Amino acid sequence: MSNLDYVLHLADNAVVLGQRNAEWCGHGPVLEEDIAMANNSLDLIGQARMLYQYAATLKNDGSTEDSLAYFREDKDFKNYTLLELPHHGALVGYAVDNRDYAVTIVRNFLYSAFMALAWEKLQNSKDEHLAAIAAKSLKEVRYHLRHSHDWLIRFGDGTEESNTRAQNALNHLMPYTQEFWTACAYESHAVEAGVGVSTGQIKSDWKTLVGNTLAEAKLKLPSSQGFVTTGKHGAHSEHLSFLLNEMQSLARAHPEGVW
Amino acid sequence: MSTKNTPPKALIEWPLWEIFVRSKQGLEHKHCGSLHASDAQHALQMARDVYTRRQEGVSIWVLPSNSITASAPDDKGEFFDPASDKIYRHPTFYAIPDEVGHM
Repeated sequence: MSNLDYVLHLADNAVVLGQRNAEWCGHGPVLEEDIAMANNSLDLIGQARMLYQYAATLKNDGSTEDSLAYFREDKDFKNYTLLELPHHGALVGYAVDNRDYAVTIVRNFLYSAFMALAWEKLQNSKDEHLAAIAAKSLKEVRYHLRHSHDWLIRFGDGTEESNTRAQNALNHLMPYTQEFWTACAYESHAVEAGVGVSTGQIKSDWKTLVGNTLAEAKLKLPSSQGFVTTGKHGAHSEHLSFLLNEMQSLARAHPEGVW
Repeated sequence: MSTKNTPPKALIEWPLWEIFVRSKQGLEHKHCGSLHASDAQHALQMARDVYTRRQEGVSIWVLPSNSITASAPDDKGEFFDPASDKIYRHPTFYAIPDEVGHM
């Protein structure tokens, strides 16, 4: 077993959240924030490109970064379910107007807090290629963490409305973070090989970081109990196929198109 | 609608900031634009995303726009026109000795 699936897992996480956050492009709450979120997306898509290129060399069967991003099915994607969810609470529709920036910020915070710790460890991966990608991605994710952390505090410690929205977003998303800590064959394999990071090792740091930020933001730490999602095993929510459909449609309409 | 004396609520909550970016170590900070933000740290972060995303800078200054005192357009005549016929204020009438070389 190679570490291909582990690299794809990291790549799929980056591309799916990058695609989600890109939905704000041209629709951001204010101009500056619109650009900030587009920057965030481009960072993530850049990380995905490096990881897919590396995965293609591991696969060594003629795959390219494009074939891996655009010509795999939803069940092949190994991203956390958290990252594919729409930018709104659990029970509202798909309308653009229902997007809630609090959901965007809370998800970016929970995930970038996790990845800031994960990339830091991955810098010491025995896989030199992955270590180099980690070093570059760490700087980017630290900024994503700073950005989402600051907004979360402004939302939580802001108005009654902003506090309520941030709390609702937290209540909605926190259970999905359970998936960070679940066991998974390709992850365990990568950890044993000294290539991957054992998420159990960063769990307490993540909890401290999240707990301290929520306290500062005057938000309550919600329960993270309940159904444990399985996106990294390829079993996703209903939202991923819609996201992929939009993301992959152009490449599939014009296969091998170049521009 | 706002009147002259009461700015819109958004401008009070998110006032205007002037952004200065230093493009390289050793060069001065140059004014590159302005943006709305709720406080100085917020302005700094937004400036990072708006004005330095194409590697334009290594350092950013932000300062509240209302702290700038500007000359009035109406004063243009008395402020600036008198300088227009004082070409002798440019140091171009001196012969530079050869030993000085390129200046």
